[in-house]
Amino acid sequence: MEFILVVLAVMLAILLGWLLKQSFNTQPWVAEVVEEGAHRAPMNANAKVIALAALLAVITSFFALIMSAYALRMDLGDWAPLTEPQLLWINSGVLVLASITFQWTRNAAMRGDASKLRPGMIVTGVLTTAFLIGQFVAWRQLNASGEYITSNPANAFFFFLTGAHAVHILGGMYVWARATIRLFTGRGAQTVRQSIELCTVYWHFLLLVWIVMFGLLLST
Amino acid sequence: MSYVAIADRDHEVEHHDPQTFITKYIWSQDHKVIAVQYGMTAIFVGVIALILSAMMRLQLGFPDSFSFITPESYYQFITMHGMIMVIYLLTALFLGGFGNYLIPLMCGSRDMVFPYLNMLSYWVYLLSVIILLISFFVPGGSTGAGWTLYPPQAIMQGTPGVDWGILLMLLSLAVFIVAFTMGGLNYVTTVLQARCKGMTLMRMPLSVWGIFMATVLGLLAFPALLVSAIMMLLDQNLATSFFMPAISSMGADPGYTGGSPILFQHLFWFFGHPEVYIVALPAFGIVSDLLSTHARKNIFGYRMMVWAIIAIGGLSFVVWAHHMYVSGMHPYFGFFFATTTLIIAVPTAIKVYNWVLTLWEGHIHLRVPMLFAIGFIFTFIHGGLTGLFLGNVTIDLPLSDTYFVVAHFHMVMGVSPILVVFGAIYHWWPKISGRMYSETLGKWHFWMTFLGTYAIYLPMHYLGFQGVPRRYFAMGNTEFLPASAQDLNAWITMSALFVAASQILFFANIIWSLTRGPKADPNPWGATSLEWQTPDTPPKHGNWGHDLPECHRWAYDYSVPGYADDFIPQNVPPDEAPAGRQHDVDEH
Repeated sequence: MEFILVVLAVMLAILLGWLLKQSFNTQPWVAEVVEEGAHRAPMNANAKVIALAALLAVITSFFALIMSAYALRMDLGDWAPLTEPQLLWINSGVLVLASITFQWTRNAAMRGDASKLRPGMIVTGVLTTAFLIGQFVAWRQLNASGEYITSNPANAFFFFLTGAHAVHILGGMYVWARATIRLFTGRGAQTVRQSIELCTVYWHFLLLVWIVMFGLLLST
Repeated sequence: MSYVAIADRDHEVEHHDPQTFITKYIWSQDHKVIAVQYGMTAIFVGVIALILSAMMRLQLGFPDSFSFITPESYYQFITMHGMIMVIYLLTALFLGGFGNYLIPLMCGSRDMVFPYLNMLSYWVYLLSVIILLISFFVPGGSTGAGWTLYPPQAIMQGTPGVDWGILLMLLSLAVFIVAFTMGGLNYVTTVLQARCKGMTLMRMPLSVWGIFMATVLGLLAFPALLVSAIMMLLDQNLATSFFMPAISSMGADPGYTGGSPILFQHLFWFFGHPEVYIVALPAFGIVSDLLSTHARKNIFGYRMMVWAIIAIGGLSFVVWAHHMYVSGMHPYFGFFFATTTLIIAVPTAIKVYNWVLTLWEGHIHLRVPMLFAIGFIFTFIHGGLTGLFLGNVTIDLPLSDTYFVVAHFHMVMGVSPILVVFGAIYHWWPKISGRMYSETLGKWHFWMTFLGTYAIYLPMHYLGFQGVPRRYFAMGNTEFLPASAQDLNAWITMSALFVAASQILFFANIIWSLTRGPKADPNPWGATSLEWQTPDTPPKHGNWGHDLPECHRWAYDYSVPGYADDFIPQNVPPDEAPAGRQHDVDEH
């Protein structure tokens, strides 16, 4: 459980540190004029940014807990390490590419370069879908070689972790799809820009989760 | 990118009043309506859980007298009673109910920042409740694994509801967590982002602080329950071995290898202990506001109260294994968790001192909400002190799984939060409904509930010391227990039935108020916080009419020297305070 504790400590330190900073050296009982914007969110962030940050904290907690459970379960006698399919390396590369193209699309959106948004979104979507298909094929390869979810606790964790990751990517794809549809129908240009911005963060985040997860799977 | 906070936007652009009955009261995106929906649903399942506890007590007080209570159904009753009370009643009511109602009103916002997500949160919560209730009617009935759902027994033959009950329980929990996350993201974002002008964090009423911190805990801790629920579903349905050890069941081999039930306990309590504070922190916050308002005094040590809430929130993640002393652990771990448990008592004790000191020399009005708030201080101190006993490994080992533990956690996280729930409902009811209730009925309700719960739980401590085990369907022939223990059990049952029945007064009062209650004053208690300053009572959609309020002071300007009124609302500017002003507020 050390892993989740460290992760939680970091997340709580950020939040609680900020809260404490707000509360030191204040005299709330004095009715005085406070500085303009003192009621605003940290860094004047808008609601969707804060909600995304909170959502990422929740997802971090979720994956950190599975990985903590992984570490605890690994020490028991019946654990037989799983040899991960080589395909996962290619999938990782595809996911990295998806993150890069999303970043490229985001940069174009920030510059106001509308012509690059449609191709950028499409390429990102294709790459991400390719990753999901690749993960599915990796599962099939494992099954074909006689490694099922019930064969061993290491397998069970492998399928659970990769499955949970894929589900989170699917959730991201839902937002991606909405943004892309709006992009092509031309409605809500302003909100599309923010969707792309936030989706990019989410994609990078899930890439990071995947790298940590893949590292854990490879090293054990 | 220039962004205008929702709280700062013009109100015509921002919201569209719902037109039809359906959009106004059913598919509503108004936080106040959603709060009432959450509250009604939570109280509805709470009543079911109350009836279940009465059935358990019937068996315990008068064994073998009721043919419809079998050992299997008894276990189903205790399991569902515990789970409903902790998750579907208290968590949902404090955060979904009061969180929804109070956050936007107290922070001076028009609504939650994501009203649609907020509505979705309620309907997904309702779905989880429906799944939970369906489990009563499936073949084999609901699960009887105990509210902690420990494997291996939770999913092995012999436990009631092993086929469908546990499956639906785990599904319902997973759905609940989704609902909670949707609501929780809303509460956190609204508090951080949508406060009205001048409302700094340190001017927020403590209710908002408590609800906010509890939401943060919930967002980070509920994933642990989700992870364990998914793993147990996999263990049950696909025969993986996350938790299930190599075991033979009724002579057959279910195919599990060497999984770890202790792993489940870690995950479960990693959620389970913060859950105690998810329920307690909103109660702490709300009770602070009730005490301050009805004692006409500023809350003692506001900043310390805020820091205590923050400290408790952080510490609540490092005490979980004190629920697992009897599972066996390295002595140093036991030492560590006993120490952290005692440390978390420090900020908690600070809060208790500050509540008592708030009452000190206050102008106390013993109105119904105040009675419940003061009652809470009593029950919480009782439950908290026994928690110090149980936090120590050497004392916990003999007392574990006895009635002492039952008495402890019911006092600290059953009775205490429920007293706050009632206090809060009586306090905000005039704002919610626009009508007053009967003070007399309310006071009867308080005294019957308060004294009744003591009649239930004080004797339980004693039974626990004698060694009466919890969760047993019947005691059988136990030599170490005198026959009189059964008499005490009968007394407890009578008291429990009395308390359960006296809740009828509450519902009678609500119905009386809705049908005959006199119209409520917009601010009947003379409270300072923003929700009492709305232009309409009950507040309309959008809360504030044309202009958003501006906050100029904290929420505790009661009995400020030199002012005509004994309270100054938060939206009164410093230079517009009521007549009779003589000198600066710097004096205190």
